[in-house]
Amino acid sequence: MEKPLTQHIRADGKPLSLNEYERVGGYSALRKVLSGMTPGDVLNVVKDSNLRGRGGAGFPTGLKWSFVPQDGPRPRYLICNADEMEPGTFKDRLLLECTPHQLIEGMIIAAFAIGADVSYVFLRWAYREAARIINVAIHEAQEAGYLGRNILGSGYDLAMHLHTGAGRYICGEETALLNSLEGKRAIPRAKPPFPQVSGLFGKPTIVNNVETLCCIPPIITHGAEWFRKLSLTSDAGTKIYGVSGKVKKPGAWELPMGVSLRELIEEYAGGMLDGHKFRGALPGGASTDFLVELDVKMDYSSVAAAGSRLGTGTVVVLDDRTCPVGFVRNLEQFFAQESCGFCTPCREGIPWIRNILTAMENGEGMPGDIDLLERHARGLGPGHTFCAFAPGAMEPLQSALRFFRDDFIRHIEEHTCPWREHPVNDHNSRGFVVPHLQTNYHAADTH
Amino acid sequence: MLTREEILEIDRAISAVPYRKAACIEALKVVQTHRGWISDESLRTVAGYLEMSVDDLDSVATFYNLIFRKPVGRHVILLCDSISCWVMGYEQLRERLRDHLGIDYGETTADGRYTLLPNPCLGTCDCAPALMIDNDLYRKVTPEMLESILSKYL
Repeated sequence: MEKPLTQHIRADGKPLSLNEYERVGGYSALRKVLSGMTPGDVLNVVKDSNLRGRGGAGFPTGLKWSFVPQDGPRPRYLICNADEMEPGTFKDRLLLECTPHQLIEGMIIAAFAIGADVSYVFLRWAYREAARIINVAIHEAQEAGYLGRNILGSGYDLAMHLHTGAGRYICGEETALLNSLEGKRAIPRAKPPFPQVSGLFGKPTIVNNVETLCCIPPIITHGAEWFRKLSLTSDAGTKIYGVSGKVKKPGAWELPMGVSLRELIEEYAGGMLDGHKFRGALPGGASTDFLVELDVKMDYSSVAAAGSRLGTGTVVVLDDRTCPVGFVRNLEQFFAQESCGFCTPCREGIPWIRNILTAMENGEGMPGDIDLLERHARGLGPGHTFCAFAPGAMEPLQSALRFFRDDFIRHIEEHTCPWREHPVNDHNSRGFVVPHLQTNYHAADTH
Repeated sequence: MLTREEILEIDRAISAVPYRKAACIEALKVVQTHRGWISDESLRTVAGYLEMSVDDLDSVATFYNLIFRKPVGRHVILLCDSISCWVMGYEQLRERLRDHLGIDYGETTADGRYTLLPNPCLGTCDCAPALMIDNDLYRKVTPEMLESILSKYL
């Protein structure tokens, strides 16, 4: 089985140094690009490879790059989105910490393809070790002539900077990320104009996920057809999948795109912990609909056909000894806290949902609550909010109401959570009358 | 007044962006690293140095949960409260911390040693539950481990 993203990762988990990376063929893809390929050639290979964005949305990478206007203004920017904050997701950390030079090589090639002058790695604050490693790797690449002026004598110049964030999940949304990088509140921007035309500092910008960019060097080295054939299905390449929750061996593995959820959980994750049964799973982070069937191929189209999204491909498992209402309450608490607060339905609606779910968990659920939750799930769905944050937040809720409806009803009828010994003490549910104060735990907001 | 060290670090951040104001998040982080938190006075100083209004900078400072606009303890405990850590029992860690330190979310111990804050997913879900203290990540934490972990932070 070929593993172009992780094959050279050291067993001890330490990052591959520049020398180690070069010894296994590192930066040969960049040399190939700079010694004869045009930006158009690179773009065509990536388009032919069918590579789709690994950050969650799955947009075709080559197509995204092609929207950068050929004669657009300068400077142009290439940004690596390393703000991995989707709950349940821990795949980019692996690449950032273990194979930093493959990311940097992928970034330089992507930057060359779109004619970028400056590149940034936007890294979440919490990845302290990754920040140290990426800083060292950028420095090594500069010293070796892979970054800076006249890279490898080609006449191409590229600067690269590491930016570490200061918290907030919304920074992972690409236009909010641009605002954050400009030193503003991370509030999403209206589209159009799209970032490819008017992005960072108003200049043409491409934002790609860590895993997406790490796919670029092997695509250049081995070709588009090779990349497509790595997959078991029509969505190309390999994918870093992960599983967390009550399984025997939680972890992350690079596997051919399209392995089934059953293989992931039963084989790679070693099956459920003894005494626990599988009830469902979020296939790709907090903002994806539950799947309750195991025989689903984990690629973009198959997961969509099963009623969810591949998202980040990191699975969170719900077992039969964990309360599905509490599970969804935890997710909505996260979304309520992380809403940027710019648009009203999201800012007001998600805390309201969180409060209803908290009430249910504390035995204070009321007969009309399920209808109310369904109305919210529709009202915060696609087309009603400024960005995709709230629709994402509704995905686990709407699917939980469908698949675990009896559990919601039981909470209301029995006036208690059948799984829980202690009340939820985060919020005073029904008595909590000012939902927009949801960020009251942030030290930042209480001064 | 910014110290010479702070100015050096802020200038480095300014050099990576087209205009001064764009470096404001990094500048706040630099000052917070040296002073623990962002006081009103620090805010005014940084705003002046970056040639932006104090209110403009405060709107940014109060948006980001890891910029602290009120004093925190010498060590900040960030307890992951997201889904995988919830499934694996982070609530027991919160209870043990509350019993042991006498503080809950947003609170600081009377001796000024620790502040406890919840934090969204720390991205180590296969090793849940997890927490960070200052710059250090701890994985697969059990309530029994907490006391010895905490004792490292004076």
